[in-house]
Amino acid sequence: MSTATEPRPASGHGRSPLAPVGDAFNRVAGMLPQWAWIGFWLILAVLYGLYGSELNDGLYESVIQTLAYVMMALGLNIVVGFAGLLDLGYVAFFAIGAFVAGWFMSGHFADSEIYFIVADQTRNVPGIHINFFLVLCIAAAFTALWGAILGAPTLRLRGDYLAIVTLAFGEIVPRVFELSTSGPFGLGDLDISNGRQGITPVDKPYLPVPGLDDITRIDITPFYFIALGMLLVVLFVNIRLRDSRLGRAWIAVREDEVAAAAMGVHLVRVKLWAYAIGAAVGGFAGVFLGVFQNTINVDQFEFGFSVFILCMIILGGMGNLAGVVLGAVALSMINRFLLPELNPIPDKLGLDFDVTSISFGIFGFLLLTMMVLRPEGFIPNRRRKLELHEDELEGPMEVRAP
Amino acid sequence: MSANGNVLEASGITKRFGGLVAVNDVDFAVPHKSIVSIIGPNGAGKTTFFNCMTGLYKPTSGTVTFDGSDITAKAPHIVTQAGVARTFQNIKLFKTMTVLENVLVGRHCRMKARITGSIFHTPFVRREERETEARARELLKLVGITRRHQDLAVSLPYGDQRRLEIARALASDPKLLLLDEPTAGMNPQESEQLRELMEKLRSEQGIAVLLIEHDMKVVMNVSDHITVLDGGEKIAAGSPQEVRQDPRVIEAYLGSQA
Repeated sequence: MSTATEPRPASGHGRSPLAPVGDAFNRVAGMLPQWAWIGFWLILAVLYGLYGSELNDGLYESVIQTLAYVMMALGLNIVVGFAGLLDLGYVAFFAIGAFVAGWFMSGHFADSEIYFIVADQTRNVPGIHINFFLVLCIAAAFTALWGAILGAPTLRLRGDYLAIVTLAFGEIVPRVFELSTSGPFGLGDLDISNGRQGITPVDKPYLPVPGLDDITRIDITPFYFIALGMLLVVLFVNIRLRDSRLGRAWIAVREDEVAAAAMGVHLVRVKLWAYAIGAAVGGFAGVFLGVFQNTINVDQFEFGFSVFILCMIILGGMGNLAGVVLGAVALSMINRFLLPELNPIPDKLGLDFDVTSISFGIFGFLLLTMMVLRPEGFIPNRRRKLELHEDELEGPMEVRAP
Repeated sequence: MSANGNVLEASGITKRFGGLVAVNDVDFAVPHKSIVSIIGPNGAGKTTFFNCMTGLYKPTSGTVTFDGSDITAKAPHIVTQAGVARTFQNIKLFKTMTVLENVLVGRHCRMKARITGSIFHTPFVRREERETEARARELLKLVGITRRHQDLAVSLPYGDQRRLEIARALASDPKLLLLDEPTAGMNPQESEQLRELMEKLRSEQGIAVLLIEHDMKVVMNVSDHITVLDGGEKIAAGSPQEVRQDPRVIEAYLGSQA
């Protein structure tokens, strides 16, 4: 029997130690209307884009990369967060998108001379050179197609089995690119990847606006604004789809496939759309990363990348867009800045290893800590939160015996 | 409607799970605008029979005809599209969606919004969303859930969850509504409300209802026709009075010594 002096637990299982973080976030978020927050963040993002490179060049560059990672996380969130399909091979779509950029925006196919709305200086280089923004659309469509093709064999799988098969696809796709130096799958003699050397250099984006200077790799400000614009597009699509007929069907499928089908939801179609749209976003961001890093190289497409992106959405709060963005920013920054800062520590302890080389161990540790302390992520989706804390619902569940 | 006035006809339905014959050669029909029931002891094969008709199971043999077209072994979403909606014996709501969203999902197969339309919020999509929401609220009112539409479905009291399942099923504009033990866990007053609702659906919207039910008071009061299953076989069929007096039914329910 509990007495009045005993501290009363807030719920059956007690509140997670990290709960105040999310609560605080929600409190702060509630202080201003939504449009005010959107305006605030937008102005901040634009100001940083204009002046950030003067403050700290290295940080500025990694912020651009982070923007691309946020896009990736938002894309994977459609598959994992909305439709509930655990995909461990998301890197495959990064690879496909990046290689589309490699094919259409470099001198890789040196026999051809195709130019479409590109800078004058690019016209001196042989190869296929198509405008960046057009390639974005091509890559999104192409990866969407591959998302559906790779998703199709997994439709009957759930849980662990789905994860294993997608993991395999994530490994297969980069290897296919790596080994297809004489024709895709060894058929014919078209080199589609330049093997381990990869495709480099890649064309810069070009805006056919008179009076505008060509984009260079010395001043990377335009890259920032291109990434920001792309991110806004991805966010917009995410929000609109989440609140649509398709978005509701995704969540219904995640909740209960049998009931969803009985409500007239075409399971195959709805799942394939999740794969296709998630993949399209991955390819979209992949083009940008390939162009920004000026190289498309199979070393970029490691299994670790899939896990990295998955960690972002789990850490931030699966299914919640603000959470996903926060998780992606946090992990990218930890990866880029915190880990190198920690580098001297093993040396001081008399150990001889590089902290960055065990980064995935550290991410794993973060993930585990998160799972113990706050499994729903920092800013959880209230749906997801419910799944994990169903027994802590306010008031007892009213279940009468039949 | 087919020529003989039946909205649903099932003939020779057999479902085997390995060596177990769960449903054996059952003929069954639901006349237009009628309320019919399937009763039987636990394990009689009622729900299996139900699942054979909604596409959840493929019958081992037999055919199901709905509204004149063959729906045997069609995928569940096609059956729903054709006009058969159902609820589940163990409530299968989308727990983490709101009450309203649950009903909106129920309307999925009647909505036409496509992805590009949803992204750009075309006037068509906006209008459709508005109309769907209005219809969903109407249905919730019809089944008796007048408030808490924005609450999570799982937070509703048990009886309301059952009612929400019915609203969700009705959202697909069915011609036939299949209810699998809808009064389980309801008090007598709630059961009575449900009976009224079924009659209302039939008289006002022309929806036929097929009911699996243990509550004999509800079954006897509401049904035009009752089919009794036992051990996967149809042992009796007829009006409530006929079934009530059938010796095989009494035996099945009370045991052979009675």
